[in-house]
Amino acid sequence: MSAERISRRTFAGGIAAFAFARRAGAQGYAGLGDTADGFAPVTPGKVFAFPGDHGPHPEFRIEWWYLTANLTDASGAACGLQWTLFRQATQPGPQGEGWANQQVWMGHAAVTRTDTHRFSELFARGGVGQAGVEAKPFIAWIDDWEMRGSERTDDRTLAPLTLRASGIDFSYALTLEANRPVVLQGDAGYSRKSERGQASYYYSQPFFRVRGTLSIDDKPVNVSGQAWMDREWSSQPLSPDQSGWDWFSLHLPDDEKLMLYRLRQKDGRENLFGNWITPDGRSVEIAAPANSLTPLAMTEIDGRKLPTSWRVSLPGHGLAIETAPLNPRSWMGTGFSYWEGPISFTGTHNGVGYLELTGY
Amino acid sequence: MRRALWVLAVLLSHWRRHKMQFATLLIGLIAATALWSGVQAINQQARNAYDRAAATFGGVRTAMLVAPNAATFSQDLFVKLRRAGWPVSPVLEGRVQLNGHSMRLLGIEPVTLPADVGNAPRLGAADLTRFVAPPGQTLVAQETLIDLQEAEGTAPPISSGAKLPPLHVLPQLVPDVLVVDIGVAQRLLNKPGQVSRLLIGKPNGRPAPLQSVVGDQLQRVEPTAETELERLTDSFHLNLTAFGLLSFFVGLFIVNSAVGLAFEQRLPMLRTLRACGASARMVNTVLVVELVVLALIAGLIGLVCGYFIAAALLPDVAASLRGLYGAQIPGQLTLHAEWWFAGIGISVAGAVVAAATSLIKAIRMPVLATAQPRAWQQAQHRWLILQSAAACAVFAVALFLLRYGESLIAGFGVLAALMLGAALILPAFLEIILLAGQRRARGPVALWFWADSRQQLSGLSLALMALLLALAVNVGVSTMVETFSRTFIGWLNGRLAADVYISASDNAQAIAIRNWLKDRGEVQAILSGGRAETQVQGQPVELFGLPDHALYRELWPLLEAAPRPWTRLVPGNAAFISEQLSRRLNVGVGDVVEVPAPGGPWELDIVGIYADYGNPKGQLAVNVAALIRQFPQTPQTRIGLIVPREKIPGLIAALQKQFSLDERSVADQATVKAESIRIFNRTFAVTSALNAFTLGVAGIALLTSLLTLANSRLPQLAPLWAIGITRPRLAAIELTKTLSVSLFTALLALPLGLVVAWCLIAIVNVKAFGWRLPFHVFPLQLIELVAVALLAALLAALLPVARLARMQPTDLVKVFANER
Repeated sequence: MSAERISRRTFAGGIAAFAFARRAGAQGYAGLGDTADGFAPVTPGKVFAFPGDHGPHPEFRIEWWYLTANLTDASGAACGLQWTLFRQATQPGPQGEGWANQQVWMGHAAVTRTDTHRFSELFARGGVGQAGVEAKPFIAWIDDWEMRGSERTDDRTLAPLTLRASGIDFSYALTLEANRPVVLQGDAGYSRKSERGQASYYYSQPFFRVRGTLSIDDKPVNVSGQAWMDREWSSQPLSPDQSGWDWFSLHLPDDEKLMLYRLRQKDGRENLFGNWITPDGRSVEIAAPANSLTPLAMTEIDGRKLPTSWRVSLPGHGLAIETAPLNPRSWMGTGFSYWEGPISFTGTHNGVGYLELTGY
Repeated sequence: MRRALWVLAVLLSHWRRHKMQFATLLIGLIAATALWSGVQAINQQARNAYDRAAATFGGVRTAMLVAPNAATFSQDLFVKLRRAGWPVSPVLEGRVQLNGHSMRLLGIEPVTLPADVGNAPRLGAADLTRFVAPPGQTLVAQETLIDLQEAEGTAPPISSGAKLPPLHVLPQLVPDVLVVDIGVAQRLLNKPGQVSRLLIGKPNGRPAPLQSVVGDQLQRVEPTAETELERLTDSFHLNLTAFGLLSFFVGLFIVNSAVGLAFEQRLPMLRTLRACGASARMVNTVLVVELVVLALIAGLIGLVCGYFIAAALLPDVAASLRGLYGAQIPGQLTLHAEWWFAGIGISVAGAVVAAATSLIKAIRMPVLATAQPRAWQQAQHRWLILQSAAACAVFAVALFLLRYGESLIAGFGVLAALMLGAALILPAFLEIILLAGQRRARGPVALWFWADSRQQLSGLSLALMALLLALAVNVGVSTMVETFSRTFIGWLNGRLAADVYISASDNAQAIAIRNWLKDRGEVQAILSGGRAETQVQGQPVELFGLPDHALYRELWPLLEAAPRPWTRLVPGNAAFISEQLSRRLNVGVGDVVEVPAPGGPWELDIVGIYADYGNPKGQLAVNVAALIRQFPQTPQTRIGLIVPREKIPGLIAALQKQFSLDERSVADQATVKAESIRIFNRTFAVTSALNAFTLGVAGIALLTSLLTLANSRLPQLAPLWAIGITRPRLAAIELTKTLSVSLFTALLALPLGLVVAWCLIAIVNVKAFGWRLPFHVFPLQLIELVAVALLAALLAALLPVARLARMQPTDLVKVFANER
């Protein structure tokens, strides 16, 4: 969940919550390039401190708590789920009391199987308790959706957690465990989004082990698998000439993780960013001209052509894989719409992950 | 096709020769369409307004959660419910004083506001940010902006001194409502963290049971298909519709007589066309096409007239609805496409129905039969018997409805049946009167006068029926309005007991005013009132605090009371109930009503019933001290003063100067009374206007019937002229005949009108407004109406009679030359 994702999510949070925009489209993304006047700037060299940084940073314009999980049920069938809480500040400055609070919150939840993709969204204003995040004990919530820690929750691993959400035709309740600390993305948590200084603060917990129940149309099944959580906040994540992004979170064999994204520019150029995470939690930026992301197959949804299958090549890391979606129609038809779904990959490495496509 | 056009041209040539007949036909169709469509336009406008009001940001069209005592509650319950999965959105409602107007302030939370609240105005994308982010917005209707005399973008202060967010017009909004963000509303109403109700949206998942989340602190109120307002105003619109329908039928009478005569006169033409080889089917098709085209043209003109009628009446209708029910109707007429189509449709349908008998006769016409002009009058006797039998059947229906009917519709049913029966039986009545006259007549001219009047009857009967109906309705409505007017003024004299009325802006000012008044020698008594609002059996009820003062005991009118009602009121466990509420709740003296109060249920013995005309809300009158004990939040801002008459202007001026009160905040009894009577008069303005319209249409019906008759009557008149009766004498006889049958009709209309008035007062009013008036007859008014009817008949008869008086002798001679 790189910067692009941030910008898109940010955007999604802001625009969707406040405009209920049905088709924000590309110009919507361009809006992410607005100046950050009055909001706190993102600068290199930040020292992350937990649990404080698990909580909200209201002085920044946008922020999210973003979790995706690759699961299998008792019969071995693959499925995936998403749980996201977005925060957007409508105005900078001191935090208003009660309804005068300027934060707007948006929740997205989805479940995906080969034959179906269900999603739901929620909106709330800050200041009264309908939605929010607290660092200790950790809880992120909107309405009855929540990601909740307990007395046992370790500030370094952000685990264990319980997670639940429901829509009109699905619901899930899971527990998340992790035995490794969170991982800083980009350069020690400073994630650059353009040559002109747009950036975000970004860390992840890619090592979650998940267990729980997932229900579609009132048919509960037990599921288990792995999950990846992204935490990101910024005030100006995208530059005006960036139109969208393609983002990957990949669970490689032997507990290696790969976060990878491509920022597309309006002039057709693109930038590839990412971090390779080793099993011991070390995170290094991958930046080499030979790295490439190539669309292999397109899926048409609502008149948009979306690259849902990819070839990923990182010669420096000896990685050459092809990805395939679990369900090519994992479209989030929410106020701010995008594609987000579980994928699997084969090649030099085999495994599962999540793909997000925005700005199409 | 060409042949059809020729046939059409031949048929149309008839109208060229009979321009007056053509005008009559068009006038009938236009009149029928115009009044009907006008009334429909008004009803549609009102219904749209109710719909808008009902749907305004989650009105009664949305399910909601409220506190059992209808009080505000903590927004923590909102958060609790949201976190249990309840898709609720908070609303805080209250009233604020702005530029001297009392406005409804609605605080909403746009992010959670259910998207499916009827046709509520929606906030667009960028609007939402502007609405919520400081300084925010106050959404108002255009009408409200004009009422307040404020410009868009200004931020006027309310009476507490706090400023509203800048005003912004939202076109769909109902008038007299200020919509702000809930946080702003909490600040303006000084209710931090409080909400009035929670709107329930579409669930997202499966929320926990309500009880398990909030216990019994909140209860669910299901959305209602029909609002209280719609239920109350139904009767009013039914009333208008009845008037529209009456005019429609009167218009169709005109069409029927015009078409009937035209077809009779065109029978030879039709036969000639058939003889020339035009097929029966073609001739009949062209006849229908002709009629439909005429109906379309007349319908369009009628719609335009209807639009103007509606636009002219709308302000009065709006005033009536506001005065009677507190309903807000925009004064600007907006019409939908359906209205135009429905209007054209009803014009065509009406024309076809009115012409049906003539069309059928033309279709069945044997090609070689000889013409029998005026044959339609010859079966008169048989018709009279049939019609009278039908009238008896209709009267039976009226009696049945009167005996067993319960609803408002049944009340109107009685009215309709009575009038229809009376109209049907009218020709028979007139026949009997004329026959009696004929039997007693001496001399050939007098004998001819009566016999010819009888012979004319069938040709005039439709017009006379129209006149009868219009007059009867006139008598009925005038009697009702006059009765109401007298009762109302008498009642007002009792109700407005104090000499000066003061409405302070808040409690602090009220206390200051009271202290100041204590030192004024001319003030003989300071009476404090108070009002609180609550709900009884799901209905909004006003609690009215009465001061314990001898003046009230003397003047306050009670319709019905237990012994020593005023003494029983003092301890605070008894109440008077308004007539309409007592009917609605079906409680009377001796019953007990339980009122939810902040401190728990308040049981009140009903010890009296009083009239409360013009109040849309049900009311309970209690002792004011008891009211304040039970409802401590009651604003004590209303003060009444007893002051010697001559000291009133000085005192008012001093009050205004001392406390900078405007004219709305301090008024003397005479001003308040004049204002009440003005509102009352406007309430019935629309009824009177429709009344006059109907009478006018009946006059046109009479005129057109006489005109059509005049031409065909030459064969009857020519022999009289030939035997030496001069033309002026003939004209005078004709005039006398018309006036006498009109007089008989008018005299018959009087008892019918009184029965109509009784139905209106004893059945319709009670169902519609909840009050029953004493029944009075006003003889002067009746005489006036008879005179108006005769005048209408005179005017209608004048034109044909004048023509007869000036007719060339050659025309009269031609009758003999052309006789077949």
